[in-house]
Amino acid sequence: MKYFKFGLSLVLTATIFYVLNTQMGSIPPLGKFLNPYSGIWQNETDENIKETIEIPGLSDNVSVHYDDQLVPHIFAQNDLDLYKAQGYITAKHRLWQMEFQTYAAAGRLSEIIGEGALNYDREQRRKGMVYGAENSLKVIREDEKSLSHIQSYADGVNAYISQLKPEDYPVEYKLLDYKPEPWTIDKTMHLLMYMTDMLCGRDSDFEYTNALREFGEDTFDFLYPDFYNFDEPVIPTDTDWSFIDTEQTPMPQSELPMDSLSSVMEKPNPHNGSNNWAVGPSKSYSGNAILANDPHLGLNLPSIWYVMQIATPEHNSMGATLPGTLGIISGFNEHIAWGETNATRDVKDWYKIEFQDETRTKYKHGNQWKNTTVRVEDIRIKGKETFKDSVIYTHHGPVSYDHTFKGDSEMTGYAMKWAGHIGHDFVSLFLKMNSGKNYEDYKDALSNHVAPAQNFVFASTEGDIAIWIQGLFPNKWEGQGKFLMDGSNPDHDWQSFIPREFNAHTKNPERGFVSSSNQHPTDSLYPFYVFNDGYDSYRNRVINDFFRSKETFNIQDFKDLQNTNFNKKASELLPYMFENMDTSGLTSEENDILNIIKNWDYVSNIEELAPSIWDSWWTNLYPLIWDEYDQKEDMVLKKPFTYNAISMLKNNPEDEFMDILDTPEIETSHDLFLIAFKETTKELIAWKAENGDYNWQHYKGTYVAHLLQGLPAFSRFDLPIGGDRNTVNAAGKNWGPSWRLIVEMTSPPTALGIYPGGQSGNPGSKYYDNYIDEWAAGQYNTLNFLPSNTATEAIISTQLLTPKQ
Amino acid sequence: MNKNLLNFLLTLILVGVTAFVLPWWSVMLCAFITTMCIPLKKAAVFFVPFLAVFLFWFSYMFFLSSSNDYILAKKIAVLLPLGGNAFLLILVSSIIGSIAAGIAAVFGKQTVLLFKQ
Repeated sequence: MKYFKFGLSLVLTATIFYVLNTQMGSIPPLGKFLNPYSGIWQNETDENIKETIEIPGLSDNVSVHYDDQLVPHIFAQNDLDLYKAQGYITAKHRLWQMEFQTYAAAGRLSEIIGEGALNYDREQRRKGMVYGAENSLKVIREDEKSLSHIQSYADGVNAYISQLKPEDYPVEYKLLDYKPEPWTIDKTMHLLMYMTDMLCGRDSDFEYTNALREFGEDTFDFLYPDFYNFDEPVIPTDTDWSFIDTEQTPMPQSELPMDSLSSVMEKPNPHNGSNNWAVGPSKSYSGNAILANDPHLGLNLPSIWYVMQIATPEHNSMGATLPGTLGIISGFNEHIAWGETNATRDVKDWYKIEFQDETRTKYKHGNQWKNTTVRVEDIRIKGKETFKDSVIYTHHGPVSYDHTFKGDSEMTGYAMKWAGHIGHDFVSLFLKMNSGKNYEDYKDALSNHVAPAQNFVFASTEGDIAIWIQGLFPNKWEGQGKFLMDGSNPDHDWQSFIPREFNAHTKNPERGFVSSSNQHPTDSLYPFYVFNDGYDSYRNRVINDFFRSKETFNIQDFKDLQNTNFNKKASELLPYMFENMDTSGLTSEENDILNIIKNWDYVSNIEELAPSIWDSWWTNLYPLIWDEYDQKEDMVLKKPFTYNAISMLKNNPEDEFMDILDTPEIETSHDLFLIAFKETTKELIAWKAENGDYNWQHYKGTYVAHLLQGLPAFSRFDLPIGGDRNTVNAAGKNWGPSWRLIVEMTSPPTALGIYPGGQSGNPGSKYYDNYIDEWAAGQYNTLNFLPSNTATEAIISTQLLTPKQ
Repeated sequence: MNKNLLNFLLTLILVGVTAFVLPWWSVMLCAFITTMCIPLKKAAVFFVPFLAVFLFWFSYMFFLSSSNDYILAKKIAVLLPLGGNAFLLILVSSIIGSIAAGIAAVFGKQTVLLFKQ
């Protein structure tokens, strides 16, 4: 009996130990997770911003002043100490996120999450994310200064990681039961590739090829025009291009392959975009240039941005940093301010590859067979065997699609040519910018930039304003890269690049302001091939109209513009719909809803019902136009852009695309308005019955999602923010203004900034999401720029970093 | 002194001492050792270490969480899911540690019985 009892209690003890110490599916190991001395309770704490910290390798003391927003103001004696401190302090507040994003970039999420992430990881590998990062690291290794800076940053991160005890790990590590690995300079490159992919990793070549084949050239050009009938490019239309003496590459006589793919890789969110603008002294209320920037990205916690001031005796700058890389990305120093929007140019093209045989060791190029190389990608999977993926490389780039991945033939594949793979020193760009003093320094900082191409806005205390659309752009022949190309035809290769000095730019334009919001870079007179690949059609006109509306602008005007919810898109279609829709057969319920939207002033504010009606109406209407697309199965297609769709609804109401193929009648756009409207009323009534009033805040339901699959416990929902993705305040459901900056170029500059998050990455900190409510309400924090290493009344605590003896 | 009380105090002290040195399962080890040293009878074998660990864990968690306005506890109580109730999370967490300790104590008692002829 006692043996039995002993055995039973032994088994019980072992079982409970095993159960509480092991991750079961998504349930963390509960003993580890919930105990008070190394579990999550240790994360139930505020940041320690007081004690002195010893860091190995520092050459001198570094002061870190924290203000009441938990923004660190770092003062070091030299650059190496500065970037070491930046790495340390960023890791201290954002370690899990920094590391997680680099895992995501490099296609390593399966190591943390398990098999569910395998497909994502394969896509990252097949896009050549690490290949691109390696190419850039090669360039950086040749520059001793850049290399030492990026290495210092890594040393700083590691100084933080190495003193962590398991109880100190951020809560996400405890949740997934893993631990941080040492930081490397490669990881910074991975993070930069993550941004590069997010911003210039989008293309529609396969989709356009399919549309061209299915609809023919005339219809294609009608559906996807290169330019629209309004002209508000980034670079003002009166710009003189006569200084450009390089010609556009002539178009070769050749055939394009008309191949089809039934599915393609996940693309970056097409709504990733941004606004920036600056007014010069003539348009400023104070005579100082004023600059603004708000990048629209996915809304996540911890936020993609982290605010910092970083200073040495030589330079002193402040603004938004990207955890994982060094310098200030969108911000200002004592002399200049800078910000970015995405240039959205097509820098990713696809080539059909013809292999010599099934071994795929050679592929055709011109009249020869060239050798391929193979990169074996080992994707480690939590709790499973490693997955090996062989990716073939050609001189174009990785053969992302082949018979092992979304393709169907062993003899063909599709290779990617992407500016993101071209090695460049993205680190030095921002370090030069951070220490810049005037327009020439800004221009010099940008001079070697490759990708992601950005519209870099600029303002200085000297009163200069400028915008450069900078990046490395292939000098394409007319139509090159809009469609899939022939990888065996050397004429289809990128022939040359547009010399960077001929990239579109403007300095102190006559109109007194510069602006960009991801619209067309130039008018059609710019002497290089640029086509419309999803450029903004709404925000740019609202912004430019605003700056033409009066003589001078002040800070409140800037705030108002960043927060404007005026819905230009709705204002351009709804009046036409009201006029042309047959309302004779509407029920009284339908009429009530119609009357609400008829009385709308086109401002998408949170308490209004009309923006929800508009949103639902448009969402139902748009696919009705393009039912022809849905009938074409087994191929990827991209439906035409909103602006063109609206233009067709109004100007070509009887176009054959308006007809719904499934019905015997021939519909016009006017019929579609009614069909969509009836669907909308049905939807909204049902929504109301389930959720209550469909005011815009609740109906849209903007949320900021935790990076780890949007864990609801660590996310914020139903935020009271108006606007939609086409308003200047581009707050969609889960993306929007990820950082808002306004800088007036006083001496020193006066700046405001806010982002939907908080400085701490710890969900247990009150600083985790404390900016969100103010951000939603359109309020700003003062950026307490310290002119020197002296704490002002804004500083609540100073932490000293000292060399470890 | 009452054996139950003695066992209780010894467990409490051991748990406190090992808390910051060993992983979470130190509570199991402590209960096991205490029971070997001061064997108890019947239900007390389980419940005395259970209560000691419960007291320690509960108080410590309560101290940590209350001084931070239960910010994280409320979120973890959504994650697990316990309706966002921080107290419930403290209770559940404490019981988890206590049960583990109690069972380890029972095992300790059975080990003593096995070798004590």
